[in-house]
Amino acid sequence: MAKKPIGPVRRAFAPWEDGNATPFIEFRNVTKRFGDFTAVDDLSLKIYEREFFALLGGSGCGKTTMMRMLAGFETPNSGEIFLDGQPLHGVPPHRRPVNMMFQSYALFPHMTVEANIAFGLKQEGMAKAAITERVAQMLKLVKLEDFARRKPHQLSGGQRQRVALARSLAKKPKVLLLDEPLGALDRKLREETQFELTDLQQDLGMTFVIVTHDQEEAMTMADRIAVMDKGRIVQIATPSEIYELPNSRFVADFIGDINLLECKLTGRNGDSSALRSEIFDCDIEVAQPVEASVGDTVWFAIRPEKVRIGFDKPATTVNRLSGEVWDIGYLGDVSIYHTHIRDEETIRATVANHSRVVERPMSWEDKVWLSWDRDAGIVLTR
Amino acid sequence: MTAGDSASGAPFGSTAREAATDGPDIERTVRPRVRRGLGGWLLIAVPYLWLLTFFLAPFFIVFKISLSEVAVAIPPYLPTFDLAAGWDAFVSGITALSIDNYLWLTEDSLYWKSYVSSIVIAATSTLIALIVGYPMAYGMARAPKAWRPTLLMLVILPFWTSFLIRVYAWIGILKTEGLLNQFLLWLGLIDTPLTILNTNVAVYIGIVYSYLPFLVLPLYATLEKLDESLLEAASDLGSPPWRSFWTITVPLSLPGVIAGCFLVFIPAVGEFVIPDLLGGSDTLMIGKTLWTEFFNNRDWPVSSAVAVLLLLILVVPIVLFQNQQQRATEKGR
Repeated sequence: MAKKPIGPVRRAFAPWEDGNATPFIEFRNVTKRFGDFTAVDDLSLKIYEREFFALLGGSGCGKTTMMRMLAGFETPNSGEIFLDGQPLHGVPPHRRPVNMMFQSYALFPHMTVEANIAFGLKQEGMAKAAITERVAQMLKLVKLEDFARRKPHQLSGGQRQRVALARSLAKKPKVLLLDEPLGALDRKLREETQFELTDLQQDLGMTFVIVTHDQEEAMTMADRIAVMDKGRIVQIATPSEIYELPNSRFVADFIGDINLLECKLTGRNGDSSALRSEIFDCDIEVAQPVEASVGDTVWFAIRPEKVRIGFDKPATTVNRLSGEVWDIGYLGDVSIYHTHIRDEETIRATVANHSRVVERPMSWEDKVWLSWDRDAGIVLTR
Repeated sequence: MTAGDSASGAPFGSTAREAATDGPDIERTVRPRVRRGLGGWLLIAVPYLWLLTFFLAPFFIVFKISLSEVAVAIPPYLPTFDLAAGWDAFVSGITALSIDNYLWLTEDSLYWKSYVSSIVIAATSTLIALIVGYPMAYGMARAPKAWRPTLLMLVILPFWTSFLIRVYAWIGILKTEGLLNQFLLWLGLIDTPLTILNTNVAVYIGIVYSYLPFLVLPLYATLEKLDESLLEAASDLGSPPWRSFWTITVPLSLPGVIAGCFLVFIPAVGEFVIPDLLGGSDTLMIGKTLWTEFFNNRDWPVSSAVAVLLLLILVVPIVLFQNQQQRATEKGR
């Protein structure tokens, strides 16, 4: 099967930028407490039709609670959730037009694959012939035609995951909720399934909401990601915005690897800002205006792959550091150089291993220069 | 690619590769052939030896007596085997054994009526116990985790008192001027006291009361293990709670139901104390018949035959059932 050119199509899809677009799912000031613990704290969120939305965060950040409130398994203490304009309050789970794929898959162990997929359709009172047809269609979709008569325990983890997916898709829900859907799969199968899920979502034109703690999973699949922490949303943006333009140290640190340098803002000059890091003894120039006053403490954040490392002294006097290679992490495709600056602080720089050479020119304890472009890093004020 | 292609398209990778990687996962469920050392055999020998000493040996003694003839002697049957008497005496003893007692059981209607009545009473009691016990076990399994040990304790608590005393206590409750009748009269529900004691109703009450914990405990164990996310999944797929109960909870709790029912039914069939104390003269149960035969008529051979037949009646269906279960699981795995 030829890969579809998903890039351009996806970029055109951005209803969240349109102020007039009506959200398909809306959380309005939703709070959920369990005893003393506030799982979701006064949270508002809009998700649009046909969107693949990811709730990303560590354990206990409230992402699963959000999903369970949407499915109807938990009731918010305050606030309201709307689906397609309708308030969901008081609607029991079995009357909500959303289906969920459970983290544990929750396949009915006493039913065959067929019966599992047919379960939801039977609840609708669908005619037998129609059920048979839909089940066959679903089995074909997830390529499990030969396993229809098996029981869940006779399937492998990957197959079970597909049955769970087929079962949750069988009713053609308005929204499909996926709770850590790929957690139980091994890496290879997980990567494969990530792309399959995005393809499927585009083909079916459904709204998918996925809960995950795996940033890679969220980045690969989602149109937009909401990064959550302590019951609040820290940032909602597209994967590339989240990665390149994190709005806080939390997001910058949570997504991928990043170097954080504590600095003082020393100058603001139109579109660029000047920073000074005393700890690193380094002047930094960033092509980005900053909403802070001169003298304020800010943080300069730069991804390791945007840091150049070499023996030659850069021509400029800003955006450079001299240090000593302290450790090298060889990952096959890339190598990560941990460089000690002034013997204590560490900056990480990633270098793609372009050639098949076992001996790298740079080695431990080599004196090296680190440098970066004006638009490589970002200034964070919180 | 348009939406229409989705059904025919293949969003999922090749099944051939998948099947290849599945291999080990499926094989893992095939039981490996274990080579046992001497230690292993010794370990297995212990339970078998136990079974041989405390079940099979007494059974064969009873079985032998059932083939004997009643006699005015000590012990009250013939022939008796004396190892000192030699081989000829042993052979003549063997030839003297007969199945007359079993034939006798078929001739007198008292016996088969007792068997049938016992099974009917035990089955009815089991059913009532199930109807009473299922909600109890379900409630316990769904109760907040902190309460469960207490609830479990309450179920086990009656065992701390002698079974006999508890059955006697029911006499005080059920008799004409007993607590139950006083209470119902006080409520104004009845004008004249009900006759419950010395009827089959009292036997049902006694059996259900006495054996309820044996049904509740295995059922609770099964229900407690039930994965709550299955019920959530059912609900998510549009099944209202009452339907999820019948389509998910009940089928998945069947092993517990079966185990619990066996634990009630089997001892109830041979029950003697409850029908003797609570039942009336017309309450026919095989345990009572056996008692009468043994103690009143002093007919050990016939009462032994009654016991052996009872064992067969109980064991054969259970073994068949378990065999079938075993095959079903092995086919399923």
